[in-house]
Amino acid sequence: MSDNNMALLIRNGHLIDPANNIDQQADIRISDGKITAIETANSISPGSDERVIDATELTVTPGLVDCCARLREPGLENKATIRSETLAATRAGITTLCCPPDTDPVIDEPAVVELIHQKAANSGHSHVVTLGALTAGLRGEHLSEMYALKQAGCVGLSNCRQPVENSLILKRAFAYAATFDIRVFIEPDEHWLSIGGCAHEGKIATRLGLKGIPVSAETIAIARALELVAETGVSTHFGRLSSAQGAAMIERAKNEQLPVTADVSAHQLHLTEQDISSYNSVCHVIPPLRTQRDMEALRNAVANDTIDAICSDHQPHNLDAKQAPFASTEAGVSTLETLLPLCLRLSRQTDLNLGNLIDKVTNSPARILGIDAGTLSLGANADICIFDENEDWQMDAECIHSHGKNTPFYGWNFQGKVKHTIVDGKLLFSD
Amino acid sequence: MVNKATKPTDALIGHDAWNIQLDKNGNLKHFLTTEGLGSNILTQILDTAESFANVNEKRVKKVPLLRGKTIVNLFFEASTRTRTTFELAAKRLSADVLNINISTSATSKGETLLDTLQNIQAMHCDMFVVRHSDSGAAHYIANNVAPNISIINAGDGSHAHPTQAMLDMFTIRRNKGANFGNLRVAIVGDILHSRVARSQIHALNTLNTGDVRVIAPKTLLPVDIESMGVNVFHDLEAGIKDADVVIMLRLQKERMQGALLPSEQEYFKLYGLTEKRLQAAKDDAIVMHPGPINRGVEIDSNVADGPRSVILDQVSYGIAVRMAVMTITLGREPEADIAEAEGEMS
Repeated sequence: MSDNNMALLIRNGHLIDPANNIDQQADIRISDGKITAIETANSISPGSDERVIDATELTVTPGLVDCCARLREPGLENKATIRSETLAATRAGITTLCCPPDTDPVIDEPAVVELIHQKAANSGHSHVVTLGALTAGLRGEHLSEMYALKQAGCVGLSNCRQPVENSLILKRAFAYAATFDIRVFIEPDEHWLSIGGCAHEGKIATRLGLKGIPVSAETIAIARALELVAETGVSTHFGRLSSAQGAAMIERAKNEQLPVTADVSAHQLHLTEQDISSYNSVCHVIPPLRTQRDMEALRNAVANDTIDAICSDHQPHNLDAKQAPFASTEAGVSTLETLLPLCLRLSRQTDLNLGNLIDKVTNSPARILGIDAGTLSLGANADICIFDENEDWQMDAECIHSHGKNTPFYGWNFQGKVKHTIVDGKLLFSD
Repeated sequence: MVNKATKPTDALIGHDAWNIQLDKNGNLKHFLTTEGLGSNILTQILDTAESFANVNEKRVKKVPLLRGKTIVNLFFEASTRTRTTFELAAKRLSADVLNINISTSATSKGETLLDTLQNIQAMHCDMFVVRHSDSGAAHYIANNVAPNISIINAGDGSHAHPTQAMLDMFTIRRNKGANFGNLRVAIVGDILHSRVARSQIHALNTLNTGDVRVIAPKTLLPVDIESMGVNVFHDLEAGIKDADVVIMLRLQKERMQGALLPSEQEYFKLYGLTEKRLQAAKDDAIVMHPGPINRGVEIDSNVADGPRSVILDQVSYGIAVRMAVMTITLGREPEADIAEAEGEMS
């Protein structure tokens, strides 16, 4: 047994495991990569070859599951690699990342899926799962070989923000995916309304002379998809909601018992259009940061479970990508390392229960992705995040281990820091 | 009529962004936008321009104020008139002037904006006059040049064209006097794409203009334009009723694409300024246009060439106003710059 693979005992931690309704002090024993015991705090005595992590005053949760993170490989290795980003994820307590198919080449055939899974396995950090392309080449014209992609290990299908303009093709893609019980992941965007836009269509974009993206770009796409979900019965996940109206539509769809789920990126819960008012290109994101009212509605939607998951929507860039006038910069923020801190910040700022928030970055996204992760059940894979809920720290360049340093959160004060991350029973990170 | 919108608050303006225009002593260092500057600075520009307007009417039109300074006209977007007036303004102040037309040079070879800037900066210039098709380009450049270089925005995307707005304020002041409080100013046309309109609106509001109006079909108005402190009209005659100043904006031909308007004919029928329509304005109303004008599209020739038109005055005042802005930004106490540079290094 290698050092890494030795049995581990996490003693006296504050265990939060939403899947099992656990929120109490406990000991956890891990061996052979699995959780083998959960007992009352300080009741398990360590074995002779067992490594002990004293988790007194620390919080122990399932490893985070991030349902949308761009790793940039294959295709844009100058920005980041699977190795660099899975390492950053591990340090951030994220033990599983879901990579959307808009890589280059696109994930529309099994060989690309295998390449990514192989690279991730070789890197030996956090797990990577993939979404396959909904249409060949994401071109919105022909169906991808969905069944083959599922067989290769894709956990769902998506066309990312590439348009499927022809509604008949979209309907058939949904119907075909439904045939094989594959979930479709939608980033709602009516292309014609958002093309060329770089900011929320509103006061700030008007003042700055930036081309706006109206809320209707999101809501029209949601409305079209929902009609087709109702007709085809396909399970659908709406990712990166940005507007109050979008969240309200998802809430109605859930009330109508449609098979839909939704997520929001963590930064959408903390930033608004005001944050671009100095042409701050690091806040150039798509979908755009919207109004205070939208941000509050999204927070409410998280609280009332309209929104099931919070993701990083991690998009690492090299510096050049953000060095230009606002509209000419590339959209996206590097956010793996702020996913947990922003969730903790949210729980302090609102009356959102910490357990509920942890659910939205662990168990809930794992269920959406249909993967065996996100819980601390007996016998489950030992993917675990241990953090100090009270440690104060300030974000600076040294805090970012992702190759993408493009975070809007430099200088922010956070409370709560990852101390240990365990992946497959191996202690891969300790602070 | 839509209710008078409230003037933008400091919180909305996002103050930090505009502070880069001022040095530590509160003097104008860059001129990027009319937004966020106090009426004292706008009035300083107008007063200084007044003294240069007289220079421009003399036989010898040159003053030695900026002798030894180097001013670079950095145009990433084609322009004849604006560039020419900047060039003339610099030359009348005895500065050395360099014209660089980037749209046909470096950036088309793959050089980034930052590389281009750093190369030109290495030539030890004192001021860049910048035009660029991206909104925010002037701010970006001001944030990325050496601290001793002043930036004047000669138009960035749909965002700002502050020297044009100031020459418009100068024209209004010359014709209507310094008290803007009783004036009704109507801006007509493509507000959506107009950097001129945005800069005019900020300047007019800072100078406490009584009633600032914009008039356009909904396709040519940006969302929430009321938040900039204007009253919105869709009917030309209602909008210019009893106006003291009518500012017509140029309608770009490409607006017919993308379904913003059905045709030039229909636009002229509804929003073109004719003698007859102009009767709705006050008898002594002046008609302005930032140029170049599209006769028969937004304005009838009878009006453009008529007695109430001050369009050509605007062009000549443009030189005086640009001389004023150059003198104010370059003529600051040099100690301020040096202190600032040392402050940043420490």
